[in-house]
Amino acid sequence: MTLERHNYDVLVIGAGGAGLRAAVEAREAGLRVAIICKSLFGKAHTVMAEGGAAASMGNVNDKDNWMVHFRDTMRGGKFLNHYRMAELHAKEAPDRIWELEVWGALFDRTKEGKISQRNFGGHEYPRLAHVGDRTGLELIRTMQQRIVALQQQDGRDFGDMESHIKVFAELTITDILKENGKVSGAYGYWRETGAEVLFEAPAVIIATGGVGKTFKITSNSWEGTGDGHALALKAGANLVDMEFLQFHPTGMVWPPSVRGILVTESVRGEGGVLTNTNGERFMFNYIPEVFKKMYADNEEEADRWYTDQDNNRRPPELLPRDEVARAINSEVKAGRGTEHGGVFLDVSKRLSAEVIKKRLPSMWHQFYELAGVDITKEAMEVGPTCHYVMGGVEVEPDTAAAIGVPGLFAAGEVAGGMHGSNRLGGNSLTDLLVFGRRAGAGAAEYVKSSGKNPVSDSAIATAAAKIQAPFDREGGENSYSLHAELQEITHNLVGIIRTRTELEDAIVKIAEIRKRSANVAVSGGRKFNPGFHLAFDLDNMLLVAESTAKSAIKREESRGGHTRDDFPGMNNKWRQINHISSFDGTQVHVREQALPVLPKELFDLFDVHELEKYMTTEEIAKGGSN
Amino acid sequence: MARKLNLRIWRGDSDSGALQDVQVDVNEGEVVLDVIHRVQATQMGDLAVRWNCKAGKCGSCSMEINGKPRLACMTQVASYPEGETITVTPLRTFPVIKDLVTDVSFNYKKAMEIPAYAHPADLAPGEARMEQIDVERSQEFRKCIECFLCQNVCHVIRDHEENKKSFAGPRFFIRIAELDMHPLDILKNRKKTAQEEHGLGMCNITKCCTEVCPEHIRITDNAIIPMKERVVDVKYDPARWLGSKIRRREGI
Repeated sequence: MTLERHNYDVLVIGAGGAGLRAAVEAREAGLRVAIICKSLFGKAHTVMAEGGAAASMGNVNDKDNWMVHFRDTMRGGKFLNHYRMAELHAKEAPDRIWELEVWGALFDRTKEGKISQRNFGGHEYPRLAHVGDRTGLELIRTMQQRIVALQQQDGRDFGDMESHIKVFAELTITDILKENGKVSGAYGYWRETGAEVLFEAPAVIIATGGVGKTFKITSNSWEGTGDGHALALKAGANLVDMEFLQFHPTGMVWPPSVRGILVTESVRGEGGVLTNTNGERFMFNYIPEVFKKMYADNEEEADRWYTDQDNNRRPPELLPRDEVARAINSEVKAGRGTEHGGVFLDVSKRLSAEVIKKRLPSMWHQFYELAGVDITKEAMEVGPTCHYVMGGVEVEPDTAAAIGVPGLFAAGEVAGGMHGSNRLGGNSLTDLLVFGRRAGAGAAEYVKSSGKNPVSDSAIATAAAKIQAPFDREGGENSYSLHAELQEITHNLVGIIRTRTELEDAIVKIAEIRKRSANVAVSGGRKFNPGFHLAFDLDNMLLVAESTAKSAIKREESRGGHTRDDFPGMNNKWRQINHISSFDGTQVHVREQALPVLPKELFDLFDVHELEKYMTTEEIAKGGSN
Repeated sequence: MARKLNLRIWRGDSDSGALQDVQVDVNEGEVVLDVIHRVQATQMGDLAVRWNCKAGKCGSCSMEINGKPRLACMTQVASYPEGETITVTPLRTFPVIKDLVTDVSFNYKKAMEIPAYAHPADLAPGEARMEQIDVERSQEFRKCIECFLCQNVCHVIRDHEENKKSFAGPRFFIRIAELDMHPLDILKNRKKTAQEEHGLGMCNITKCCTEVCPEHIRITDNAIIPMKERVVDVKYDPARWLGSKIRRREGI
C-alpha cells in the first residue's frame, strides 16, 4: 500500500482555540496550512470553558488597562510567570477579542452596547468577555467559521476551497519528524481507518491542550492526554514547570457518569456545606491563621452570613480554592471520606428546591440530566479534580517558538510559562488567542526564511514501525488497565498534596508501568479501534506523569498548583527557579534554570511592599533588570 | 449497587453488521455512554464510539438509543424500565464507518456552502455597538453544539439520499437564520438563498428537529418558520409585488 503523503508550509496539531487561531494567522500570511484534530472539527475542549475571556477592554470599569491585568496575572501565578508572556497577553488580549467580533462572534452586551465584562476571581475589575456560560463554544465556533470564511475566499481566488487550509479530522500524530536538526514534518494515522499519513512541513505548531487524563479525576475529556507535551519532549524540546497543575476543589467523584465534572464555586456561595462521612462540617478545622479574621469559626455565625454579610464572617467553605482542596484531601486521607474518595457537598438542607432551581439552574440541570442526582434532595459527592496544567513546552514568548527545536512552535495550554504556578480564570481563552496568533505568525516568518526540509525514508520507516508494533505482539499488556493503574498512582501520589516519600514511590511506579507499556498488545484491527488509540495516548501520559513527578519532587516549597505537605509555604528562593524537563529517549531529566528577571519598567508597576512577599531582598534591591 | 443490563449494540462497518447482545454492569446514575465505555474496557476493546466532553457540551456522542436520536452522555440508563434491553445503533442518516461511528462529513461540506458572516467594512474592531436584546435572537442559534441529531432525524434526508445534494438541513437553517438576524451582518438576501440554494423550501415543518435538540433550540419556530414567512412576504405579498412593479416602472 502506498503511503498517503501531504505537503504543507505549516502543520497545526490541535484544533482548539490556539490551533485554529494559529492556522488563521499562518494562512493570512499567505501560507498553506494543515489543521489536525484528534476529534471532529469543532469538538475541542475549548468548548467547555464557561466563565469568559479576560481582556482589559475597560467596558465596565474604565480604570482597567493592560498594566492592571498584567499585575493580576503575575499575582495569580505567584510571580513564577514568564513576565514577557504575561505582558504580551495583557497588552494584546483586547485586540484579540475585538477581532472575534469582526469575525461574527456575539458576546453579551453592556447597556451602552459594548461587550459586557464580568468579575472573576483574581481580576481586579470586571474583565471577562462572555456569552452566558458558553464562552468557549462561542470562541471555537467563531474560529471555525472564520476558517470556513477563508476557505470560501480561497475557493473564489484559487478555485479550490481547500487550497490553503485543510482540516484533517480524527487523525492522531504519533511523531514529529526532524531532518538535520530541524522540523521536517509529522507522522500519524487516521483514527477511522488506522491508515498511516505523512505530513511534510518545515514548521509544526503544537496546540494540543492539556494532560488531565493522566489523572483519575479530571474535568478534561479523553483528548487531554498530553500528546503535545510528549511529542515536544520526544522531538528534543523542553517542558517548563510541569509540577504545576490546577485542581479544582469540587469536582464530582460519584456517580461515575459525572466523575471529574466541575461543581461551580457558586454552589458553596449559595450555601452549600461540606461534610465528611461522620457528618461533621469539617472546614472549620482548616481555617489558616491569616484568614481567621475573615472566616467564621462556628456554624451559627457562618449560617448568619448568608443573610447578613456585614456583621458576620464568611463561612469557611468559601476559602480560596487551594485551601478547600487541601481540606477535602486531608479528610479523605484521614479515612473520613466516602468510599469513592470524596466528601459531601449539600445545598439541599439550607435552601428550598425552588430556590436552588432558581439560583443554580445549570447545576441543577447538569446533575439531574447527566447523573440522575437531584441536588435539591441529596448531597453531591465531591473531591479535587484535575483541571488545567500550567506547565508546558518552553517557548520563546514573542514567536511561540519551542526552545531548542527549529521549526517547532507551541501555543495554548500545551505551552508553559504564561500562567506561572497558577492560572487565573478567564486567562486561558485569551492565552489561546494571543499566543495562537503569535505562533501562526512565528511559524510563517520561520517558513519564509528556512524553506523546505524534506523527510527522509528512514524517518518514515521508524515512525511506521512504531505504529505497527502493538498489533504484532501476542498476549501483551492491556492499555486500558495500564491507564487505570497510572491514574491511581498519579491520583494517590502526585495529586493535589505531595510529599517526598510518595513522589519517590510514584517515580518508581510510573517507570514500572512505562516498562510494561512497551509490551502493549492491541486486539482487533486498525479500523476505528479505541484500544489501539489508547496505546499511543498512554505513552504520552506516561511521559507527562514522569515529568510532573520528577519536577514536583525537586520543588521544595508550596506555591500555586504545587503543594508539598513536607514544605508548606512559599520560599522566595524557589521563585527564581524554573524546572526544565528534557527527554533522552529513555527517561525524563529535570534541571533547574533561572527564571527571567522582571525588567525595570514592569518591576516598577508594583508596590515594592507587595514584591517583598515574593522576592528576596537582593532582588528588590536590584529593582528589576535593565 | 451494580446490576446487569442487557445492551444490544450494532457492530459492523459499511459492508455488513449486526446487533450483538452483551451483559454489562450498570451503577446508579450512569448514562448510556458509561456502559458503552465499560463494554469497551472489559469486553470489546475495539468497539468504536465517538465522545469528548461527556457533559452534553460538545455534541460528539450522537447515536440512536432504542431508535431515538440522542446524546449518549445525556441519556440516563435509569430512564428505561429495569430489565428492558437497551439498543444502541449508529445515526441512520449518515454512512456507517464502524459500530456506532458514522461519517458526518456531509455536515462539514454543508457548513462550507453557507456564505460567511460579512462585517461592515467601515466598522473598526472594538467599535461595534449592539443591544443585548438584538444579539439574543442569534445567540439562541449559536448555542448549537453541532451534534447533528436534527440533521439525522430530518425526514427530508433521513431516508432520501437523493435530497442530500440540495438540502442543507436544520443545523444550517439556524446558521443562516443566525446570520440573517445578526445585527451587523451586511450580506443581503440570506433568506432568498436559503430558499433557492439550501433547500429551505423542502422543509415541511414537522418539528422533528426541534424535538431532538439537546440545547432546546426552537429550530422550527424561531429560525425556519420566520425565514419561510419572510421569503413568502417578499415573493408573494401582492402589495410588495405591486410596489416592485411600480418602482421598476419609475426606473424606466
